[in-house]
Amino acid sequence: MSEFHLEPKPSGAIQKAADQSVPVTGTEAAGFFTQLKGFWVTFSTMFKKPNTIEYPEVKPEVAPRFHGRHQLNRYEDGLEKCIGCELCAWACPADAIYVEGENNTEGNQISPGERHAKVYQINYLRCIFCGLCIEACPTRALTMTNEYEIADDTRQKLIWEKEDLLAPLRAGMLMPPHPMYPESDHHNYYRNEIKESHPSQDTKAGGEK
Amino acid sequence: MSTQEITTETAVEMITITIDGFEVSVPKGTLVIRAAEKLGIQIPRFCDHPLLDPVGACRQCLVEIEVNGRKFPKPQASCTIPVEPGMIVNTQLTSAVADKAQQGVMELLLINHPLDCPVCDKGGECPLQNQAMSNGREESRFEGTKRTFEKPINISSQVLLDRERCILCARCTRFSEQIAGDPFITLNERGALQQVGIYEKEPFESYFSGNTVQICPVGALTGASYRFRARPFDLISTPSACEHCASGCDMRTDVRRGKTLRRLAGDDAAVNEEWNCDKGRWAFKYVNAKDRITTPLIRDESGQLREASWPEALALAAKGLKENRSAVLVGGRATLEDAYGYSKFARIALNTNDIDFRSRVTSKEEKNFLASHVVGTQINYKDLDRADHVLLLGFEAEEESPIVFLRLYKQVKKRELKITAVAPFASRGNKKLKAELVSTPAGNEASAISKISNLSNKSVILIGERLSESTGAISAAVALAANSGAKLAWIPRRAGERGALEAGALSNLLPGARPVSDNAARVDLQAAWGVSSLPSNPGLDSDEIIKEVEKGNIGALLVGGVDPLDISPDYQAIMEKAFIVSLEIRQSAVTQIADVVLPVAAVVEKSGTFINWESRARYFEAAVPDSLTRSDVRILSMLADEMESSINLPTVSSARDEFNSLGTWHKRESFTPVSVESTKIANGKANLCSWRLLLDSGSMQDGENNLAGTAHPSVAIISKSRADSLGVSNGDQIKISTPRGEIALACQIDSIDEESVWVPRNSINSKVIESLGITSGEVSVVRA
Repeated sequence: MSEFHLEPKPSGAIQKAADQSVPVTGTEAAGFFTQLKGFWVTFSTMFKKPNTIEYPEVKPEVAPRFHGRHQLNRYEDGLEKCIGCELCAWACPADAIYVEGENNTEGNQISPGERHAKVYQINYLRCIFCGLCIEACPTRALTMTNEYEIADDTRQKLIWEKEDLLAPLRAGMLMPPHPMYPESDHHNYYRNEIKESHPSQDTKAGGEK
Repeated sequence: MSTQEITTETAVEMITITIDGFEVSVPKGTLVIRAAEKLGIQIPRFCDHPLLDPVGACRQCLVEIEVNGRKFPKPQASCTIPVEPGMIVNTQLTSAVADKAQQGVMELLLINHPLDCPVCDKGGECPLQNQAMSNGREESRFEGTKRTFEKPINISSQVLLDRERCILCARCTRFSEQIAGDPFITLNERGALQQVGIYEKEPFESYFSGNTVQICPVGALTGASYRFRARPFDLISTPSACEHCASGCDMRTDVRRGKTLRRLAGDDAAVNEEWNCDKGRWAFKYVNAKDRITTPLIRDESGQLREASWPEALALAAKGLKENRSAVLVGGRATLEDAYGYSKFARIALNTNDIDFRSRVTSKEEKNFLASHVVGTQINYKDLDRADHVLLLGFEAEEESPIVFLRLYKQVKKRELKITAVAPFASRGNKKLKAELVSTPAGNEASAISKISNLSNKSVILIGERLSESTGAISAAVALAANSGAKLAWIPRRAGERGALEAGALSNLLPGARPVSDNAARVDLQAAWGVSSLPSNPGLDSDEIIKEVEKGNIGALLVGGVDPLDISPDYQAIMEKAFIVSLEIRQSAVTQIADVVLPVAAVVEKSGTFINWESRARYFEAAVPDSLTRSDVRILSMLADEMESSINLPTVSSARDEFNSLGTWHKRESFTPVSVESTKIANGKANLCSWRLLLDSGSMQDGENNLAGTAHPSVAIISKSRADSLGVSNGDQIKISTPRGEIALACQIDSIDEESVWVPRNSINSKVIESLGITSGEVSVVRA
């Protein structure tokens, strides 16, 4: 047991360290030229263009490929591109994404093909904006926008639901659920061959012209 | 014991071969692919499955083989070639030819396989995905258009088929034919259009169809209920046990965010091999049913159940049980630990032997039989494998214990095991087993059994729980076993019954097979429990308990998972007279009349042990983490503390440890045979017989419509002569009635015993006990 016993440090050692320290010098006031030399930096900066950005009044442009918050995209007819495959969740190193898939049924066609995301959540408390989810997405449903103002005041609000992440409906788009374009399948959608929503649907009702 | 068995059984000839430069000795007849596995060399494969006959359908396992210096001119499928002396095998690891061949096969398999991985349920646990990465090329040279089919199609209501994903390995069709004996699916068409199909006339209504989903090496077969629900990496998998029957399957439960999403068959070669039945696989939604009880409930002055705190509910329950003479009805679904809790609670807190786990039609003869011939005995699946003759008494293997059926079917297929069934007609399961039928109307089993003579000491007699419904039948079976030397096994339907028997949740038994009537056994248990006395007078059966409640002698009941409608339609009304403390997971016929309802955990939420018919213990941990519900034994312990007579079983593990420390008593009760009474049916009447189908209206199958879709239709089976006299043909409605009520069903004409009529006991439109008040006996049958 004795080998683990901590010997108290001999007080002499502390005294020795104090003796060896460098004495404080130059306590007297600096000379005029020395002071001028110091203020010169401050003075010259007054005439430089300021780096400060007046955020939030002024918002800077970010790089075109800036990793901002995510967006779930839509096809031209408004159907969602997300198929709920969870590859983004799989790729995520921070475990920030939660997805639950569901069947597309007749009368509830959310995306082309068989499957859509019933639940899609991104937890921005965890997200590190690495973009691995974007690389993983097989349908280009998930992309990143340039928007970076995500801060909020509760943890709950920082979990973004599918409705928050979905791209807005553009002109000609119709809010799903609605049927797929006649005589087309998910391949046609994937190849971007569908340019308008199902003819039986009134696009004016849902989209903003 | 097992090593001795191996050495005494026929000496196996060993063959030594060389694989990739390593020598390995394997028994004669071993396939090359299996010999390679023994060395840890993984040859890619799809169609190969150790429990199915080799077929060589997918060609993925090509290797180079040389026998005694002569090389096969082309790579060979290692899953179809047995080892031979002097064989030299070079797999993809050492042979460029084999590697190239495997890559070529993979490329061909992928030509028509769609790029569905992101939407496919198999993605992430797919042998095709994995082996395409390990043994395929990065690029495909195929530039044409992939073949497509309409997708998905329903093979049955619970199995979906994406034909374009299928790689034609024939695992599903071979399983259905070789293991389940339900060859309802087959490979149709030829060439690129070859596909798995169903017979149009016979739907894929196999009780084992879920296994095809589990063994499909691609995502061609998927379960409708699990489709698109989760990815493998979302799931927390826990080894678990099946709570649906006494077969004792090893299972795996996959949970996502506290919700059970799927259950798979576990791999236990001694019990379920790698299979299970569809009920075990898919019937788990009852756990999340809307009528789950989550808080204690007590009945207030207005007669309504209201939510209450635990202390309030426990105090009320303790008061009611203390002030009245009380009895315990356990139900057949408790785990061993819970049943032990009920058993100890009855003896210590209630000071009574009035406890019965059997919530069904029972007899004193059965109780005597269980205490004398079943408790503490062991018999197992291996005995079925070795048997020369199996006798099924009051037992429909496929309906009531499907894994026992699979084992019997395997032996029937392998060596034409002789099976005899004493039943009113040859059911579908018994036809598959090619069972010899001793056609017997209900109630006359005893005389039929006593006429059976061709059993030996290698035979096995399987007694189902329904044999107790026929007076004298169990006595006849016991006599038959004694005379022939055959082994006796009792196979109850519910998972908890054998465990409850061992735990002494029966009026004539204490835990560990101690007879109540044996003073030494009682004293031994008193010492173990640290109590000064235990009740010594034999207790009452469930029927007697209810009768005493009716007379007013028993004033309080502690009820576990019991449905009074399993016994008699009158019991709910009678039980209402008593003060009832109900431990339940969901609203039931008992909670409707209970005074205190205490919520308990479902199987996936708790740990415990099920003892299957072999007396094999299967311990499981909670699959759902952090459940707020507790096992029955924990609640009983709290209740006993409240009654100031502690049973001291605060956790499941303490109950298990204490039970295991008790050991098994060496002496059994003696068996008193019951004399035979043949049932006589009045002229013009019929003799009712019934049993439960595997998929029926049972409460643990609630909420799973895809499963219910494959239940066999409810039909009444009548003989040809009865059909003629009624003037009905197949499919016509008939009415079966007793003074209490009637059942109207479509009839099916079969070669059933002349005086009998069969109906399913608890299926849609056929609730026998509720409607007719009896399970067997005299009924009148008329045309509807």
